[in-house]
Amino acid sequence: MEFLQFAFMQRALLAAVLVGVTAPAVGIYLVQRRQALMGDGIGHVAMTGVGLGFLLSTNPVWMATLVAVLGAIAMELIRSYGRTHGDIALALLFYGGMAGGVMLINLAPGGSNANLTSYLFGSLSTVSEGDIVSICLLAAFVVLVTLGLRRQLFAVSQDEEFARVTGLPVRALNLLVAVTAAVTVTVAMRVVGLLLVSALMVVPVAAAQQLARSFRATFVIAVLVGTGVTLAGTITSYYQDVPPGATIVLLAIAVFVLLTALAAPLARRRARAAAPPATEAQACDVAVPPAAAASGSSAGTGTDGDGVRV
Amino acid sequence: MTRAPAGGRIGRQRGGPSAAPKIPGAHAEPIEDTMETVERVERTEPEPVIALRAATATLGARPVLRGIDLTVHRGEVVALLGANGSGKSTAVRSVIGQVPLTGGSVALFGTELRRFRDWARVGYVPQRTTAAGGVPATVREVVSSGRLSRTKLGWPRRADRAAVDRAIELVGLADRAKDSVSALSGGQHQRVLIARALAAEPELLIMDEPMAGVDLASQGVLATTLREQVANGATVLLVLHELGPLEPLIDRAVVLRDGCVVHDGPPPEAVGQHALPGHDHVHPHAADEPLRTGLLT
Ligand SMILES: Nc1ncnc2c1ncn2[C@@H]1O[C@H](COP(=O)(O)OP(=O)(O)O)[C@@H](O)[C@H]1O
Ligand SMILES: [Mg+2]
Repeated sequence: MEFLQFAFMQRALLAAVLVGVTAPAVGIYLVQRRQALMGDGIGHVAMTGVGLGFLLSTNPVWMATLVAVLGAIAMELIRSYGRTHGDIALALLFYGGMAGGVMLINLAPGGSNANLTSYLFGSLSTVSEGDIVSICLLAAFVVLVTLGLRRQLFAVSQDEEFARVTGLPVRALNLLVAVTAAVTVTVAMRVVGLLLVSALMVVPVAAAQQLARSFRATFVIAVLVGTGVTLAGTITSYYQDVPPGATIVLLAIAVFVLLTALAAPLARRRARAAAPPATEAQACDVAVPPAAAASGSSAGTGTDGDGVRV
Repeated sequence: MTRAPAGGRIGRQRGGPSAAPKIPGAHAEPIEDTMETVERVERTEPEPVIALRAATATLGARPVLRGIDLTVHRGEVVALLGANGSGKSTAVRSVIGQVPLTGGSVALFGTELRRFRDWARVGYVPQRTTAAGGVPATVREVVSSGRLSRTKLGWPRRADRAAVDRAIELVGLADRAKDSVSALSGGQHQRVLIARALAAEPELLIMDEPMAGVDLASQGVLATTLREQVANGATVLLVLHELGPLEPLIDRAVVLRDGCVVHDGPPPEAVGQHALPGHDHVHPHAADEPLRTGLLT
């Protein structure tokens, strides 16, 4: 445990834990709404913020947060209003954000793509005191929202129309999820990098789903997996000369594969335990006229029009 | 009498849907209380629970509602019937503000929809589309979200948890409360959606095709649940494909065709072969799609 003596390692581990907690905590709502790739889009847009930060010589973390939040709000509005050309609008936003970042950083005095690389793929060892303060504040916001409003966010992400009929402020909650996701992206930016942020939002949740039957358990397992892989990845990168961001993401994927392999027999056992009474699972015992049986046999199951009446 | 805080209506649901029949008109507007008690006796109410007047709506470029009047009075059970695509779902979704009207007006409990805030009085069961969200959720978790119309942004209290348990029990899923909704059959899933609507202990239930794709056992449970709600004074607007096992409960039927009301009165007994009980035609398992045949098709 000698690595704990180094201040940079302490900062790196703290940042890693915060990311391990926050990324899946937001990601679960994105996955629930089937917007798993939204984090990736926000990551692209945040690049413009990083570029602006360099150009204006301000802290790139805060500038990236600002731009990512604006981008996420735009994405949410496009999702809720735009129907026909929504995906084109999103594409313009993503690639505009990415190109803007590259352009701005090259315009900045002394800026180069090398600076950008540390944000694209993470650069744990260069996390500064100031970065840590920003990351802690942002992470606190994310935890507060994702835990404090979990029932409301669950309802909105599960069935938006129903949530509106309960009188919840659905639009505000949707925007809050978008903003929280944007904040998480910038929290995770220094650890796994903008291009791999989305993986940490989605993969631990996907892994947790293999075991969990409830939303609550999915949440808890996802956060445990997230924290586990970010810590393990950071420590691995201390001993081996490997990039932490990529290590973390590959570890998360390994956990996903492992849990999936473990879960298959578990699910079978569960299904057998909860086997519904034979009535529901049995094959048809309806007498089918021979002709129909012959013509329908290749199709396997009946469709709406196949003449079975109850 | 105790009153719920901040606009939370109480009325019948105090003590739960399974409690004794309600005291008529026991809700939170003092001046109306007495009026309504009197009116209820005479069964003529100036303030319908649902009042949709001359409603028109377009989806895409297509006029889907072309001037619909739909009134539901307190304690009534109204069936909205019609072929697929006739605008039934659009009509009920406009009642709850999910489809904007291009003309006409909607009022709930005498309040214009735009100013209506008392959503705990309304229980909505959407037409079932997909089985679940992208993340596992238990029966209890899904049903709990129905209670948010009362808890809003706050934390649930003991009474809220009890109401959720009661709603799950009412639809006969107490033993499945901790199971993932994705492990349920189509009919059980529909029961979950109904329990979610009942969790707020609403006075008005709006259900869009609750019997579509529901196995026979679940159909029985649903009919019983609905009968209890009606016995306790609930007002119900039901979109149905055919009257089926709910027929005895229905006071009035409104039939839509191409976005117009073509019948408003007693449940049509002779609208054709399809309405006959013998022609009941509901697939026993898991038809996720609304059925394609039935009344007026
Ligand atoms: N989002 C939509 N955009 C365009 N047309 C729609 C949309 N939803 C429904 N429609 C059309 O509106 C008509 C009425 O639909 P709906 O109210 O769902 O009918 P019902 O519930 O009676 O089957 C249908 O012809 C349908 O194709
Ligand atoms: Mg419909």
